[in-house]
Amino acid sequence: MTATPVPVPGSDVDPEVVLSVDHLVVEFQSGKRRVQAVSDVSFEVRRGETLGLVGESGCGKTTTGRAMVQVQPATSGTVRFEGQDLGRLSNRELRATRTRMQMIFQDPISSLNPRRKIRDIVAEPLSIWKVGTAEERAARVRSMLDSVGIDPDTAGDRRPQEFSGGQCQRISIARALMAGPSLLVCDEPVSALDVSVQAQILNLLADLKAEFGLTMVFIAHDLAVVKNVSDRVAVMYLGKLVEVAGSDDLYRSPAHPYTEALMASIPEPDPENTSAYAGLIGELPSPLDPPSGCRFRTRCPYVQPKCSAEEPPLREVAPGHQVACHFPLGTPVAAPASTTT
Amino acid sequence: MSPGRRTSSRTIEFPDISEVSSNPLLTVDDLRTAFRTPRGTLRAVDGVSLSVRRGETLGVVGESGSGKTVLSRSIMGLLPARDVVRSGTVHFAGHEMTALPLADLRQIWGAEMSMIFQDPMTALNPVVRVGRQITESLRLHLHLDKKEALATAVELLRSVGIPSPEERVRSYPFQLSGGMRQRVMIAIALACSPRLVLADEPTTGLDVSVQAQILDLLATLQRERHMAVILVTHDLGVVAKRADHVAVMYAGRIVERAPTRTLFAHTRMPYTRALMESIPRLADPSGTRLRAIGGRPPDLLNPPTGCRFAPRCAFAQDKCRQEEPPLQPSEHPDHVFACWFPLADGASATPEPVAVAAPRRSGGGAGVAAGAGADVDTGAEQ
Repeated sequence: MTATPVPVPGSDVDPEVVLSVDHLVVEFQSGKRRVQAVSDVSFEVRRGETLGLVGESGCGKTTTGRAMVQVQPATSGTVRFEGQDLGRLSNRELRATRTRMQMIFQDPISSLNPRRKIRDIVAEPLSIWKVGTAEERAARVRSMLDSVGIDPDTAGDRRPQEFSGGQCQRISIARALMAGPSLLVCDEPVSALDVSVQAQILNLLADLKAEFGLTMVFIAHDLAVVKNVSDRVAVMYLGKLVEVAGSDDLYRSPAHPYTEALMASIPEPDPENTSAYAGLIGELPSPLDPPSGCRFRTRCPYVQPKCSAEEPPLREVAPGHQVACHFPLGTPVAAPASTTT
Repeated sequence: MSPGRRTSSRTIEFPDISEVSSNPLLTVDDLRTAFRTPRGTLRAVDGVSLSVRRGETLGVVGESGSGKTVLSRSIMGLLPARDVVRSGTVHFAGHEMTALPLADLRQIWGAEMSMIFQDPMTALNPVVRVGRQITESLRLHLHLDKKEALATAVELLRSVGIPSPEERVRSYPFQLSGGMRQRVMIAIALACSPRLVLADEPTTGLDVSVQAQILDLLATLQRERHMAVILVTHDLGVVAKRADHVAVMYAGRIVERAPTRTLFAHTRMPYTRALMESIPRLADPSGTRLRAIGGRPPDLLNPPTGCRFAPRCAFAQDKCRQEEPPLQPSEHPDHVFACWFPLADGASATPEPVAVAAPRRSGGGAGVAAGAGADVDTGAEQ
């Protein structure tokens, strides 16, 4: 089962880079038109790192996640996993590679087959690949269920509907880890859960990441959640990356007005905190017809004429901190639009 | 705008606003709702008392299964006809809701008291244009003619921030985004200017950015119309800046209730504090271990004796497991809590951020019990 990655000889593949996404474009057909869900996105995820991918519904973060594991084929651009270009693998090779890259989904209940028993659901990755004997597989299932906090004795013979959302998410996580992946892509794994259960699952993911030496991509719309679990955060808006930075760096000095607005919209449990900033206005524009220049300009409080004329490239403003904005925050130019200089 | 006017030949009379302004608009006393199930009687709401004044916002906070949704449905009288036992009183604007026949309740629903449901996709009729779903109550309660009602619907959509409302009244729900559908739900709920709106998780399932917009919108409309709102949510962050009072529910009961600032500054009940601490904070460094509450809420078919939170509480003692604590007043005005060993100001509900994420592996240390209340015997933090 252990399909050891074969680095492309002679290329500049860094063994510490588990996943590299390069100029990824994903298009969908919408009637007679093509809509770009992901427009030219590039980033890397290093071994042992958790990269957070954050943005509103419709920003392309889920499509990016699905393209990473090739559930969604890329229209152009490449996804390299452990040095292999996934787009060039045969279906058979891709299937083998996927044991090392797993995904968990937002709705934990519907992502489990309601008619199967928990022990069979969790054992499936091993059954498919005929790993070990039946007894060995059963033992692996037991220890994995135990790792995610589900009692294998009482839960094994039950079916998904007998469990709460939080428990189903634990079961999904157990299934994802069975084949021994090195990369785990989590797509909104806690947004359907209560805050109390959310905290349990986030702590569990942190524990499992350490225990199994995982590299993670964590996709969510809540920046506070993403920041908690991630080493680095990539902020997406309308199919593009607008800011990439270390988590604490991003919080201390957000450079993109969109990042600032996302932070302001988080409901902090503190009645004394009366921040004046109102957060985001309006909704995401249609990706069928994205605004010219900077895509965020229609909702940006600091918009300038240059923003509609010219698209800002993603550029480095500090070591490890990239932003796509003509007037990044924290620099003297970024005054509100009303003050004309 | 016209929906504010009250022209009707209703049979059920409501006292003039000035007469009732000194009394609470809604007074719920010892409300109990139980469901008969094949496995026994499930007491979803078990002795809840609360009151809401005109124009005020009450936040009702609890986890899934705490009974908060059943509470709001019991207040409205929106319960199944069979296998339900409800007792206690719901006094609303001079009427005893529990004593009213269905015909009278129908005149109150939508007109005087309305509800914003959690899931706008299933709460809206998928095959009826949103305009007609709004005009329905306008025509029924305010007796507007078709044209007036449609004009009012357009105005309502405009007031909830829907762009080009003249076109949107002709849309079907599936043609709108989640945030837009929730705005339509709000427009329907507010169409007849009710005195009380029950908002049951109105923003769960929406992006944080849209959530803030929807809650701000609700607050603005509430101020303009002087409505009372009961905001039901699992997230204390949602009510922190928006509710005047907050009631925290656990296993069918209110375990702490206070003016919002008092609740946050002088939390007494460990469950309230634990709910606050389980929310990830932006200001905390990345990788900060969350103070999760171990275990799950109890089975309401068979709730534990004593304090119902005791099996998950870091401070539970023998008394907690034997005797149920009554709601008692604190030294702060309007603040009640149910706990034998209340927290001091600023104390944490989890003595140490230990790995209580789950009843994790059995070999994880001698003191860590499997199941609920895994962190009972860990030492103090400082």
